Amino acid sequence: MEQNHTEHVDHFDPVASKIGMWLFIFTEILLFGGLFIVYSVYRYKHPVEFHLAHQELDVTIGLINTIILLVSSMTVAMSITALQTGNKKLTLIFIAVTILLALVFLVNKYFEWGAKFHHDIYPGSEFLMSLSKGDMLFFGLYFFMTGLHAIHIIVGVVLLGVIYMKVQNGSVNQQRFSLLENGGLYWHLVDLIWIFLFPLFYLIH
Amino acid sequence: MSEHKNHISSYKSHIVVLLSLIMLTILTVTITSVHLGPFNTAAAMLIASVKAAIVLLYFMHLKFDEKIYRFMVTLVLAIYAVVIIITFFDYLYR
Repeated sequence: MEQNHTEHVDHFDPVASKIGMWLFIFTEILLFGGLFIVYSVYRYKHPVEFHLAHQELDVTIGLINTIILLVSSMTVAMSITALQTGNKKLTLIFIAVTILLALVFLVNKYFEWGAKFHHDIYPGSEFLMSLSKGDMLFFGLYFFMTGLHAIHIIVGVVLLGVIYMKVQNGSVNQQRFSLLENGGLYWHLVDLIWIFLFPLFYLIH
Repeated sequence: MSEHKNHISSYKSHIVVLLSLIMLTILTVTITSVHLGPFNTAAAMLIASVKAAIVLLYFMHLKFDEKIYRFMVTLVLAIYAVVIIITFFDYLYR
């Protein structure tokens, strides 16, 4: 019918792509939300064991990691501001800083888990099996939930790496920044989950 | 290209948000180090919820974006709250 229709059909729709990102985030909220409910029920049933077991965790390293994630959330938000105001170089710097902070978080996690493993505390270890049911549940949930969270950090690092390259080659730019915005949303989600993980595992009184 | 009013957050506002989040984090650590019985957990969860709201509204831009996102998020959180309440009624009164 119309000849110029074959030229180029632009399917760019920032609102729809953001709605898609939010729908994905909802599935993540329900995934971790379910785990938080499991945690609450077991803590309600084994309050003393959860309290004693949590003392094995290092509040300082947890606090440092919390602040690292909060700062990285800010840098990714700033990278969006930089791109929207047309400063490509600054955008790249902020994304790079975010990735760097994520890696520092993972290194901290490595040492934290390493110390636990060193004390024979890991899923299925003989020492853990000899403890009470409440202790086993606490550490099981601790390893599973912080582990699942760490996997999300790794995915975030890969995602931000891809976005970095796309900003660099110009396919994500001042007019089309949906990918960076959605990547940012994902990164904030990771931060959001940690905001609840930190007090629940490290700060039981 | 349809240019709808894009709100651009300033660097300064990001810094203010970060500082308030860090202050709330330190407040949580301080509160949970004194003994308040069951109120420790309640206070920690309350502060965590405030922090989550700040992240959602400012970093995740819900405050400035189209209302549809805010509506969706509120709906999902309401559903989640109902699931929590039902679970706890079950465990507290069985």
